[in-house]
Amino acid sequence: MRLTDEEQAMLAGEMGEARRWAIDHQVQVGRMFDAVDLVPVSQAHMMGDPEAVGVAGAEFLEGLADQGARVAIPMITDPRGVDLRRYEVMGQTEEMAGVERRIIAALTRMGVMMTDTCINYQTVMPPVRGEHVAYGDTGVVIYSNSICGARSNFEGGPSALAAGLTGRTPRYGLHLDENRRATRRFRVSEQPKGLTDWGILGAVVGQAAGSYWEVPLIEGLEVCPTSDQAKHLGAAMASFGSTPLFHLLGITPEAQRLADAGAEALPIEPVTPEAMQAMRSRFGAPGDKVDVVVFAAPQLSIVEMQRVAELCEGKKVSVPLIVCTAPQVYPDAQRMGFVDTIEQAGGRILVGTCFYNGYAREVGVANGWKRLLSNSAKIVNILGGYGYTPALASMEACVAAAVAGEIVQ
Amino acid sequence: MIRLKCHAGVGGRVEGEALVANDNFSARYDLDRIKGVFSRPDHRLAGQSYVGRILVLNTAKGGVASAWMLHEMKTRGLAPAAILFNRANTILAQGAALAQLPMCDRFEDGDVTTLIRTGDRLIVDPREGVVTILDRADPVG
Repeated sequence: MRLTDEEQAMLAGEMGEARRWAIDHQVQVGRMFDAVDLVPVSQAHMMGDPEAVGVAGAEFLEGLADQGARVAIPMITDPRGVDLRRYEVMGQTEEMAGVERRIIAALTRMGVMMTDTCINYQTVMPPVRGEHVAYGDTGVVIYSNSICGARSNFEGGPSALAAGLTGRTPRYGLHLDENRRATRRFRVSEQPKGLTDWGILGAVVGQAAGSYWEVPLIEGLEVCPTSDQAKHLGAAMASFGSTPLFHLLGITPEAQRLADAGAEALPIEPVTPEAMQAMRSRFGAPGDKVDVVVFAAPQLSIVEMQRVAELCEGKKVSVPLIVCTAPQVYPDAQRMGFVDTIEQAGGRILVGTCFYNGYAREVGVANGWKRLLSNSAKIVNILGGYGYTPALASMEACVAAAVAGEIVQ
Repeated sequence: MIRLKCHAGVGGRVEGEALVANDNFSARYDLDRIKGVFSRPDHRLAGQSYVGRILVLNTAKGGVASAWMLHEMKTRGLAPAAILFNRANTILAQGAALAQLPMCDRFEDGDVTTLIRTGDRLIVDPREGVVTILDRADPVG
């Protein structure tokens, strides 16, 4: 890899041990992906919940902080795993909270801003077209690449941290034009309606694409998704397919025309109503009992918080209803009365966490939760591997099920 | 002895026994990391222990959490010995670099999940980009 004088100095340890670790990590990863050099990035966003990081990772972060590590660019964080205000009611232990506190303390010492959100493109600072960034969280990356036209690979926690410390990332994958062109061309015949439908479309296309190195282009859309709908589309596509970028013909910035995305010669693959229905019916049926209803993955925007509050107005849930939102959204939701309305109906709001990355397996066992209902195709996909029997329904049907204790529509 | 050439990877040289499936991999979605087994019911290796094995799989999928998890699993002594893919994704490569867990991908002779069989004895050399099959397991079924 070609390194500048400054980068060579970092690698030689002249700018401290933490930066030496960071750039050494980046050179190893860059070599595996044939990066020719490093590209400056303007922001880093790090995923680092205690379940994933573990005690070993917390010790690693403390070690870097002890070495005087300090971020070189604005660096923010993905959701935490433990809402320290209310983890006991979730069945999370003091030990889990302890790991969380250690991670927060170490990152804060390094100058990381604890934004604790997976919707930073809605709540903190959306990236600009062509901006090189180092984001963690697949949902953040796919949205930023696809909707904003920014450039990021999936940066796992350690790599996002390395980028924060060096202000660079290896130039491979989606930082390069040639990897951003469409490789598959899907045509829808059924227009998505509502968040869950967009999530299902993402799931179907993601499953068909099935790789980090595929770029699906979707055509045939007569409707433009809202930011929340695009959020569910991307989150599901990345979850089912590990895909970091999609194009919507005539909608997203790098595919105003087929030629922009190099998609003219690709064969058209229909997304049939049957494929959409098959994805829907994989999960849950009316009459099925429900143990817990979850709105998360991604965290809810203020618009979604308003809608949940409207649906909860004057109702009383009979099974736990959990709502995860961003710390930037929560104060607004509180001020506007949405928090009160949801809590009066018996709902619980978690701030700065996301249900699936907060020891979901242990939480399920502690609370006896198995049959989980959500409007997020992403969470339904993930929690199948966590001992849950998840089911998917619209936001309206989810609240109705929380009230009835079973799927009602 | 069969010598398979692949792209240079991360981590050091390791010897071990292969566990192979034409399926994908995510540490967060597919594993019970406490027990050290594949736990996702529809994974082709569901129920099997990955501890100390050289996993041979198609590609990596799912979330970014796996980047931390390999390091965490290795610290507890419940990690695979190495992972070979047809095509790695960024997250697993990053995770392997943090954990110093050997990982290689892009095999010149084709689909690594058919080139290598479960039970084969392997040496993985990521620096050179070479995987050597020392002993072949009997073909299954």
